[in-house]
Amino acid sequence: MQTSTFDRYQSGDSPIHHLDPRVKVIITVLFILSNALIPDGVWLGFFLALMLVLVITGWAGLTWSFALKRSLIVLPFTLAAVTIIFSMPGSPLGIIQIGPWALIPTDTGLIRFISIMFRSLLSVQMAILLTATTPFPDLIHAFRHLRLPQPLVATLSFMYRYLFVLSDETTRLLRARRARSASLPGKQSGGPLLWRAGVAGNMVGQLFLRSLERGDRVYQAMLARGYTGHLYTLNPHIMQRQDWLFAGLASAYLLFIQVVCRIALFY
Amino acid sequence: MISASIFSPLNPQLHIPDGFLNTVVALVFWLLTIVFVSIATRRLQADYDERLTPLMGILAAFIFASQMINFPVAGGTSGHLLGGALAAVVLGPWAAILVMTAVIAAQAILFQDGGLLVMGANIFNMGILTALIGFGLYRSAAGRSRRTKLIAVTAAAWLSVMAGALSTSLQLWISGTTTLKIVMPTMLGIHALIGIGEALITVGAIAFIMQTRPDLLSDEKITAKGGRLWIVVGGVITLLVVLLAPFASVSPDGLERVAEDLGFLNTSIDAPYQLLPDYSIPFLGETTLSTVVAGAIGILAVAGLVLLLARTLRKASLPTKHRQPTE
Repeated sequence: MQTSTFDRYQSGDSPIHHLDPRVKVIITVLFILSNALIPDGVWLGFFLALMLVLVITGWAGLTWSFALKRSLIVLPFTLAAVTIIFSMPGSPLGIIQIGPWALIPTDTGLIRFISIMFRSLLSVQMAILLTATTPFPDLIHAFRHLRLPQPLVATLSFMYRYLFVLSDETTRLLRARRARSASLPGKQSGGPLLWRAGVAGNMVGQLFLRSLERGDRVYQAMLARGYTGHLYTLNPHIMQRQDWLFAGLASAYLLFIQVVCRIALFY
Repeated sequence: MISASIFSPLNPQLHIPDGFLNTVVALVFWLLTIVFVSIATRRLQADYDERLTPLMGILAAFIFASQMINFPVAGGTSGHLLGGALAAVVLGPWAAILVMTAVIAAQAILFQDGGLLVMGANIFNMGILTALIGFGLYRSAAGRSRRTKLIAVTAAAWLSVMAGALSTSLQLWISGTTTLKIVMPTMLGIHALIGIGEALITVGAIAFIMQTRPDLLSDEKITAKGGRLWIVVGGVITLLVVLLAPFASVSPDGLERVAEDLGFLNTSIDAPYQLLPDYSIPFLGETTLSTVVAGAIGILAVAGLVLLLARTLRKASLPTKHRQPTE
């Protein structure tokens, strides 16, 4: 089982770990929405949002750079936004010569790019904290309490169950392929590209058929053990005083960020 | 090390992170996605009853796991699957939408691969568009020879990736996050290559299933999963991609001009981030107010269109509802 590769949960005993998952899900979504509504270039707003991320990281007993480091996964995508630096109308900041092309970055373009960056990094950081402090079954529980469509929630919970089984199956398929693909040093094993793609395709087909059959067996076994369509968790999930308190304080803080941003726009 | 290999930055993915789409665009696509997913669950529940969720769950896990299967291409890069078209071909359009929704949601929640506020757009690009194209084209080959079917699958898989890339670039552009001129040709260029990998793996998988379990892909199965109207849906989206992709990458200026003429571009870049600031402050700007109204009308129009489409689709494939589940 490769539990560690799929589950990003960091077990702990902090106040954040003990919060009701519903509260955590809602505050995460509100936080991301709040980031989306911070206007371009209002750095104070982004700073206040970062403070919330750091405070929650501290409360959760994680090292302060935990979410910051992991949030770097969005960086490759920022390539898509780089062009905005040079295309937004605004006052030019100079000329960058790359071969025959001259790129002219503008101040508004740069401000917009950095703002997009911040919005994205901060949002991902909060989502990372959510999964790091909440076990996946508890998240599913929260989705159910939050009235997400039942078939979708149930599909998600089943998917999580099977994920480990099927990834083991896939690892075995990949290992078998590797074992049969001996090659001399410096030479690629196997046939040409088309052939290699065909082999990968057959493996996917194989995996599909095995999944269907295995899924049926697992389902029968679960029924036999009393599965009724619910995933149980040891945490009771009743909203406590501290849950309401945290939800209230965090939403008030998010509202405060928005108000500060609107005021900052005038100066 | 699995997660490291699939989710490495070297593998360009279509998952948009939070912060890259503006709020209005993100919400419009959430709305569209919710409509499609709720139709999908309703239709599927009628067909499968209580067996629905275990089956969809394992199939979602299958798509997730099959994305791990890669093949070396060159220079350390590797081809792997997105899976939308494959899901549509083996499962039918509605099941594919539900399964891909679960996959994309799990990727966002477990790995932060794709944002939460923009998840609607991600599901639309990689789950809904791919399912519509995938099943539409495959449906058009129903009753034909094995070779025709495999050609349809190949085209469907490649086009599904292109449709996703096209729609992603357009969303980024409408959000004022990118310049079409550079991003569109780059995105389409990269994904034209990624699409080849997708097509090869998908066709390999389908050929394998056709050989070992032909009953799963029989003609009756295909027609039971959706009526002829799907051919039209698939055809229209294909046509859109085929016409729009070259136009957008060769002359993005043209597309920008069209948008500008429609009064679309200027509002889109300025409005969304000032939409709420002005909203919360007493003196409303005239242009902002008009943007808000225009946005609301747009959302309603899109929702109405989708509902209408859904109703016609349901009517068209009503007979399947009374069919006994075959498994």
